[in-house]
Amino acid sequence: MITLAVDNQEITVKEGTTLLKASEKLGIEIPTLCYHEGLLPYGACRLCVVEIFKEKENRMVAACSFPVEEGMKVVTSSDRVLKRRRMIVEFLLSRCPDVKTIKDLADRMGIKKPRFKSKNLDCILCGLCVRVCNEIAGIGAIGFVSRGKKLKVDTPFHMASDVCIGCGACSSVCPTDAIEMELDAVKRFLELLGSEHKCRYALMGLISYKVCSNNYECWKCKIDQRIRDALGTHPIFAAKKIKKEKVNQYFSFLKKIQE
Amino acid sequence: MRIADESGLKELKNSVLQERDSLRPCITICGGTGCHGYACEKVIAAVENEIERQNLKDKVSMRVTGCHGFCERGPIVVIYPEKVFYQRVAVDDVPEIISQTIINSKIIERLLYTDPNTGVKPVHEDDVPFYNRQKRIIFGNNGKIEPTNISDYIALDGYGALCKALFHMTPDQIIEEVNKSKLRGRGGAGFSTSKKWAITRASKKGMKFIICNCDEGDPGAYMDRSLMEGNPHLVLEGMIIGAYAIGAHEGYIYIRNEYPLAVRNVGIAIKQAEELGLLGKNILNSGFNFTITVHKAAGAFVCGEETALISSIEGKLDGPRPRPPFPAQKGLWGKPTNINNVETLANVPLIIERGADWYSKIGTEKSKGTKIFSLVGKVNNTGLVEVPMGMTLREVVFDIGGGIPKGKNFKAVQTGGPSGGCIPESLIDLPVDFERLTEVGSMMGSGGMIVMDENTCMVDVAKYFLGFLDDESCGKCVPCREGIEKMREILTNICKGEGEEGDIELLEEIALTVKETSLCGLGQTASNPVLTTIKYFRDEYEEHIRNKRCPAGVCLDLISYSIDAEKCNGCGACVRPCPTQAITGEKKKLHSLDQEKCIKCGACFETCKFDSIIIK
Ligand SMILES: Cc1cc2nc3c(=O)[nH]c(=O)nc-3n(C[C@H](O)[C@H](O)[C@H](O)COP(=O)(O)O)c2cc1C
Ligand code: SF4
Ligand code: SF4
Ligand code: SF4
Ligand code: FES
Repeated sequence: MITLAVDNQEITVKEGTTLLKASEKLGIEIPTLCYHEGLLPYGACRLCVVEIFKEKENRMVAACSFPVEEGMKVVTSSDRVLKRRRMIVEFLLSRCPDVKTIKDLADRMGIKKPRFKSKNLDCILCGLCVRVCNEIAGIGAIGFVSRGKKLKVDTPFHMASDVCIGCGACSSVCPTDAIEMELDAVKRFLELLGSEHKCRYALMGLISYKVCSNNYECWKCKIDQRIRDALGTHPIFAAKKIKKEKVNQYFSFLKKIQE
Repeated sequence: MRIADESGLKELKNSVLQERDSLRPCITICGGTGCHGYACEKVIAAVENEIERQNLKDKVSMRVTGCHGFCERGPIVVIYPEKVFYQRVAVDDVPEIISQTIINSKIIERLLYTDPNTGVKPVHEDDVPFYNRQKRIIFGNNGKIEPTNISDYIALDGYGALCKALFHMTPDQIIEEVNKSKLRGRGGAGFSTSKKWAITRASKKGMKFIICNCDEGDPGAYMDRSLMEGNPHLVLEGMIIGAYAIGAHEGYIYIRNEYPLAVRNVGIAIKQAEELGLLGKNILNSGFNFTITVHKAAGAFVCGEETALISSIEGKLDGPRPRPPFPAQKGLWGKPTNINNVETLANVPLIIERGADWYSKIGTEKSKGTKIFSLVGKVNNTGLVEVPMGMTLREVVFDIGGGIPKGKNFKAVQTGGPSGGCIPESLIDLPVDFERLTEVGSMMGSGGMIVMDENTCMVDVAKYFLGFLDDESCGKCVPCREGIEKMREILTNICKGEGEEGDIELLEEIALTVKETSLCGLGQTASNPVLTTIKYFRDEYEEHIRNKRCPAGVCLDLISYSIDAEKCNGCGACVRPCPTQAITGEKKKLHSLDQEKCIKCGACFETCKFDSIIIK
C-alpha cells in the first residue's frame, strides 16, 4: 500500500493506482477527455495534468496515467495547473470551435474566444474510438493514420471497412460526436443477414454478423461481454449523455427497411 | 572457427599482430559517409590500382576506415605508422603519394592541412589543431580499423573487455563498475546507465531485452551512425556486456534504413562475431547466450523516443506512451527492456577494460567521460569532435572549430539538436556538460552543435527549428500537436513583419504549456529554441515586432537591398548576377537598384567587392 497526499489530504491506496483514481477516492475532481474507465490509460489530451512534489522534484504529470508513489504530494488545482489546463482547452477550442463538449469546458474555464485561428474540425484525436474498437470490441477496424497535424482517425486506406461489425462502440465513446454510424452500412449487413435469426445487436442494427458463431445466444457472445464489462451496458446506452435520438433513429430505420 | 576461451582470444590477437608488421606503411583512407560525399571511393580505387601497378603489395598495406570526424576536409588519407595527414586528396594525387611519401618518405606540402588562423601546416594527424584538442577515446579507433574486418578490432584488444566481464566479473560487479564510472546515457536525457541496468536486472520476470538505439534523426547529427559505420564491434561488445549484466539473451539494434553503410557494416560485424563465438549460443564457452537482431526502421524522428521505438519494433505504430511504466519495468512485448544509445554502449568496453577509476577522471563532477559532438554551421572546421565533458564552448568553437569563417563575429551556438537551446556569446565560457547546458535552457541532446554568426536572425532560427518539430510531432498529445503549430505560426508572422505587441508573452505562455504538459520528450523539449532565443535575444524579437526590422538582415519581408552612393564605383559586377535585372547603370558611374524588381536573393551583395550593397 502506498500513502500520498492529494491537495493536503492523506490517502493510502494500492500500488499501481493512478493519481486520478486516488483523487477520485477523496472526492477531488480532475477534468479528463481521453480517459475511459474501461480502457488502458492513453495520456493524450493532457487535460488531467496535476503538479507533483517529490523530494526536490516538482513537475506536471497526467493524473490519468501516472501511478502513485510513496510520500508524493499532489496538487490538483494550483494556479499553474489551471493556467496550463486553460491553454490546452484554448488549443482544443481553436481546433473544434463547434464541438459542444469543448465549448462547455471552455465556458466553465471562462475562455471566450481562442486567441488562435480556428480550424473547424470535429475530432479532438482523443483516441477513445480507436481504443474501444481495439481493446474492447477486439476488431481494430479503425486506427490513426498519418502523423502530426495530419493525424486523423480512419479505416485502412480510407475504404469502407469490411471488418467493422457496426457495434457502435466507437460512436458511443466519442466525446465530440465526431463519428456517425453510416446507416448504409447497417442496411448492408441487415440485407446480408436476411434471416430470422438476429441477436440483439443485430436487431438494433448495430452489428453486422452474417453468421453468429454463438448461435445467436448473446450471453455467450464475447463481444457482448467485453462491451458490457467495459462500458457497463451496450455502447449505444453507455455514452455520457444517452443518445436517445440516435437509438430511436436506428429503430425507426430498422423498421423502415424491414417493412 | 570459434574461439574457445579467453586465451583463445589472446592467441588470435597475437597471431593477427604477428602477421602485421607495425613498421610497414599503411595507407588509411576514410570511407565514411562524409568522405563518400567527396567521392572517396575513387581515391580508394586509385590507391588499389597504384599499389598493384607499382608492384608494392608486400611493401605497403591499405585500409578503408570509418569516419575520422574531419569530414569537411575529405577525402582524408592518413599514412601509418607516422600518421602523415593528407586532406582533400584527389585521384590525381595518388601516384605521387605512393612514389613520394611511401617510397621516399617525402611530404607533399599541398596536401597538408593549413590552419586558417596561423597558416601553419602540420604534417601529422596528432598535430592538426582540429584533433589535438580532442580526447578521442571512443571515436579515435575509427581511423585505425577497417570496420568490416574483425581482426582489426581484435588487434586493438577488441573483445578483451567482454572476456574480462564474462570470466572475471559477476553481473553485479559489472553494474557496480559502470556505477562507479558514473556513465550517463548519451541519447539525450543523461540518465544513469548503471541505474537503468540495475532496474532491468532486478526485474525477476523471465525474458528481458536490450535494445541499441541507432535512430539518430536530428538534422546534421551523425555520431551514432559514424560509430556504427566505423567501429561496429565496439558497440556490439558494449551491448553484449550490457546484456550479460542485466541478464538479457536477446537484443535488437534499431537502426535507420537510410544509413545503408551502417546497416551493412553492423550486419557484417554480427556475422563475424557469431562465427568467432563472440555472439550467439554459449559465448566463448562461458555458458552465456545472446543473439542480436537488426531492426531496420523507416525513420521518423519521434521513433527515437524509447516507447515509440518499442512500439515500432512490435510492429505497431502507436507512438510514445506514458511513462511510467518505464521500459526497464515493462518494455518490448511487455518484458523488462533496457534501451541504450549507441555512444553509451560504446563507452562500456572502455570502462570495463580500463576501470571506472580511470574513466571517472575524465570529465566534470556529475558528467564523466567524453562526448562526441557534431560541430556544424558557421565554423571553420566542421565535423565530429570528441571532447572531455567540461570543455568550454569557446574551446570547442574556436580552438577545435577554428573560429568563425570570413572573420565574422560569433553570435550563438545551438546545442542538443532541433529542440536544444541557443546559447549567446556572453555564455561562451560555459563548460559543456549535462547540468550546465540544462541550466542555461539548452540541453546535451544527442550532441548536435550548430554555430551561428552575426548574420543569423534568432527569430528565424527559432522558426526553423519549430518548423522541423511541427513536422515531426507525432500528433498524439494536444499541447505538442497544437502548441508547436501555434508557436510556429506566431514566429512566422513575426518574421513577416506581422508581429504584434503581446506576441512574445503569448509565445512564452504557449512554450511553458508545451514544455510542462507534453507526453513525451519531443514536446517537453520543443520549446527550448523559443524560450532561449526570447531569453537571450529579446531585443531582436522586439525589433521585428515594433520596428518591423530584422537586425541580422535575414527575414526577407523586412529587409531591402540598396546601393551605397558613397561606395559604389560603378564596376558593374553586380549587374550580371542579378536574376531579375534589377540593377542598372553606366560603367564607372553610380548604379541604381530597382526595389520593385529586386527579389532579395542577395546575389549582388555576395558579388560586390566594395561593400556598396547595403541590406537594411
Ligand atoms: C523525440 C525523441 C527522439 C529521440 N531520438 C533518439 C535517438 O535518435 N537516439 C537515441 O539514442 N536516443 C533518442 N532519444 C532518447 C531515447 O528516448 C532514450 O532516452 C535513449 O535512447 C536512452 O539511451 P541512453 O540512456 O543510453 O541515453 C530520443 C528521445 C526523444 C524524445
Ligand atoms: S463500430 Fe465497432 S467495430 Fe466498427 S469501428 Fe466502431 S468500434 Fe470498431
Ligand atoms: S472520433 Fe471522437 S473518439 Fe475518436 S479520436 Fe476523435 S474525438 Fe476521440
Ligand atoms: S509530445 Fe509530441 S511527439 Fe510526443 S506524444 Fe505528444 S504529440 Fe507525440
Ligand atoms: S485524461 Fe489524462 S491525458 Fe487525457
